[in-house]
Amino acid sequence: MSNIKYILGHFEDPDDLMHGIDKLQENSVSIYDVYTPMPIHGIEDKLGIKRSRLGKVAFGFGLTGTITAISMITYMLVIDWPMNIGGKPHFALPDFIPIMFELTVLFAAFGMVGTYFFVNHLAPGRAPRVMDLRATNDRFVIAIDARANPYPDKIDNILKEAGAVEIKHNERKYVSYE
Amino acid sequence: MSSHHESILREPLVTGENITYSKVTEDILVPVENKPNKAWWIGFIVSAIGAGLWVFSVSWTFWFGIGEWGLNKTVGWAWDITGFVWWVGIGHAGTLISAVLLLFRQNWRNSINRSAEAMTIFAVICAATYIISHMGRPWLFTWALPLPNQFGSLWVNFNSPLVWDVFAISTYFSVSLVFWYTGLLPDIATIRDRAMGTRRRVYSILSFGWNGSVKTWQRFELVSLILAGVSTPLVLSVHTIVSMDFATSLVPGWHTTIFPPYFVAGAIFSGFAMVQTLLLITRKVMNFENYITMFHIESMNKIIILTGSIVGVAYLTELFIAWYSGVEYEQYAFLNRVSGPYWWAYWIMMTCNVISPQLFWFKKIRTSIALSWILSIVVNIGMWFERFVIIVTSLHRDYLPSSWVMFYPSWVDVGVFIGSIGVFFTLFLLFLRVLPAIAMAEVKLLLKSSSDQAKKKLIAEQVVDSGEAEYYLESLEKYDSISPKVAEFQKV
Repeated sequence: MSNIKYILGHFEDPDDLMHGIDKLQENSVSIYDVYTPMPIHGIEDKLGIKRSRLGKVAFGFGLTGTITAISMITYMLVIDWPMNIGGKPHFALPDFIPIMFELTVLFAAFGMVGTYFFVNHLAPGRAPRVMDLRATNDRFVIAIDARANPYPDKIDNILKEAGAVEIKHNERKYVSYE
Repeated sequence: MSSHHESILREPLVTGENITYSKVTEDILVPVENKPNKAWWIGFIVSAIGAGLWVFSVSWTFWFGIGEWGLNKTVGWAWDITGFVWWVGIGHAGTLISAVLLLFRQNWRNSINRSAEAMTIFAVICAATYIISHMGRPWLFTWALPLPNQFGSLWVNFNSPLVWDVFAISTYFSVSLVFWYTGLLPDIATIRDRAMGTRRRVYSILSFGWNGSVKTWQRFELVSLILAGVSTPLVLSVHTIVSMDFATSLVPGWHTTIFPPYFVAGAIFSGFAMVQTLLLITRKVMNFENYITMFHIESMNKIIILTGSIVGVAYLTELFIAWYSGVEYEQYAFLNRVSGPYWWAYWIMMTCNVISPQLFWFKKIRTSIALSWILSIVVNIGMWFERFVIIVTSLHRDYLPSSWVMFYPSWVDVGVFIGSIGVFFTLFLLFLRVLPAIAMAEVKLLLKSSSDQAKKKLIAEQVVDSGEAEYYLESLEKYDSISPKVAEFQKV
């Protein structure tokens, strides 16, 4: 057995890529991942990727923001130092709404984006786990784990028939920088 | 299928022949990957001199205090708040383009959102510098935040719109920054994978390790959509709260309920004008004519007519309500605006904001690059005067005629204002050099559906109705990026 770790099928067109995924799946070749320079709509369904739960995360953080704002303002203006402003009620809810809204948005945005970076391992300075340098430019790349699918010739043929313009057999998982 | 063909009747969003995914990358990265041209250097040097003036004038203000401005005991707010509101308003178009147009699935936003968002961030920075420098003792700016302190703790007054403003502006700035930067990640990764040496290392850090896997993109799209969803009410709340700085006071001319919608419309109006001012030059200097097309310019001009008309209706409503209220102070405030000593400021505002955008009803004018550019500047002059009129004419003649005065700016006022424009352009020009000014990944999405090339292909394959094809070819005539000869030839 060779030491091929990953087989990469390069496509020039997203429609060919989708066709390639279909062909591989028909032949029960498991797909490791797909790298593209732009989002491809409908690819999640094909690869059986579940709906993201980030929306719920955003909602949870947003709610935390609302509660933080109202508790902070109530503590400061009603409990800790109530001030008599023209005899008006200390708990002046309508006045609190703008800041409750702002903190809801602030927490939702930062919480959601932070979670996104965390689950996708995105962080400043993190070494890019890139399999091919053109996948961020003009190539749509299907990566196949060669150990899980030990028949490279067959895979090459499937990819070629589906319209792949280039096929690479990589001995390392990621393109190394330097 | 991942790409569907859109109606042939829709005008193309990307023009040019032999456009491929790699050509999009190449075209857009030209200014980032090469040494800047002469036009950039001239612009940068002029802006940097302006920014230097800003540093000098603001330092002067910090050192000697705001007594160096032209303020007096009657007019306690003038160019500082005028400049603040003007800049915040300009910032609004960026969020509108990136968020509201995303929710409405307006694909033409894809090629202008990046630079418009950058503009938002730089405009809010300029606005924030006014807030800090008008505080008098700027090192005490933390007093505006609800932090524990040695006075009790004496908390900020959450009933005050000025405190709401602190929260609104800081939330707006930070959320816009996050939105912009998240959108930049895939494009920074593109630069990283094309670069070598130190450049690669720098862009590698900035790219957060982006690799474009399926899961990354899937979550990315959801994150963008939700950020757009929360930014839309956010942008409306920000200018609403800015307007409440005035509207919740009892000063005649400020104390009106029309302010929130009127300010928001004005903000979008001036913001689109600024986007127009910047992009018409950028597309020319950076050769982006194929990505920022006549369709984009015309669409923005249409938004300028709409929001300009809303602003016009608001001005007239204000006058009517002042008369109808029966309150003599209110009536005097508006009579004084129209015909008092500041009549010229009022009529500059009326001409620039209400009359001049109506010229865009003529197709010749709204598809002319030179006229669009001139009118975009006129609009922003008008919007500056709008804020000046609201602030200074309402204050300079208060309830006590013995304190009636005029406001005269000092050189420091002028220096801070001109300087802030310098700061803005310096930041924008630096942005054009180091980051892609057009969202490459998003433009690539349009290639197969909305490009001129894809549509011409459909016509060549004769799969579309010939009447519709003719309509499409006729609509190309206004495009300056498609030479008329080519269009004519294809029609035959």
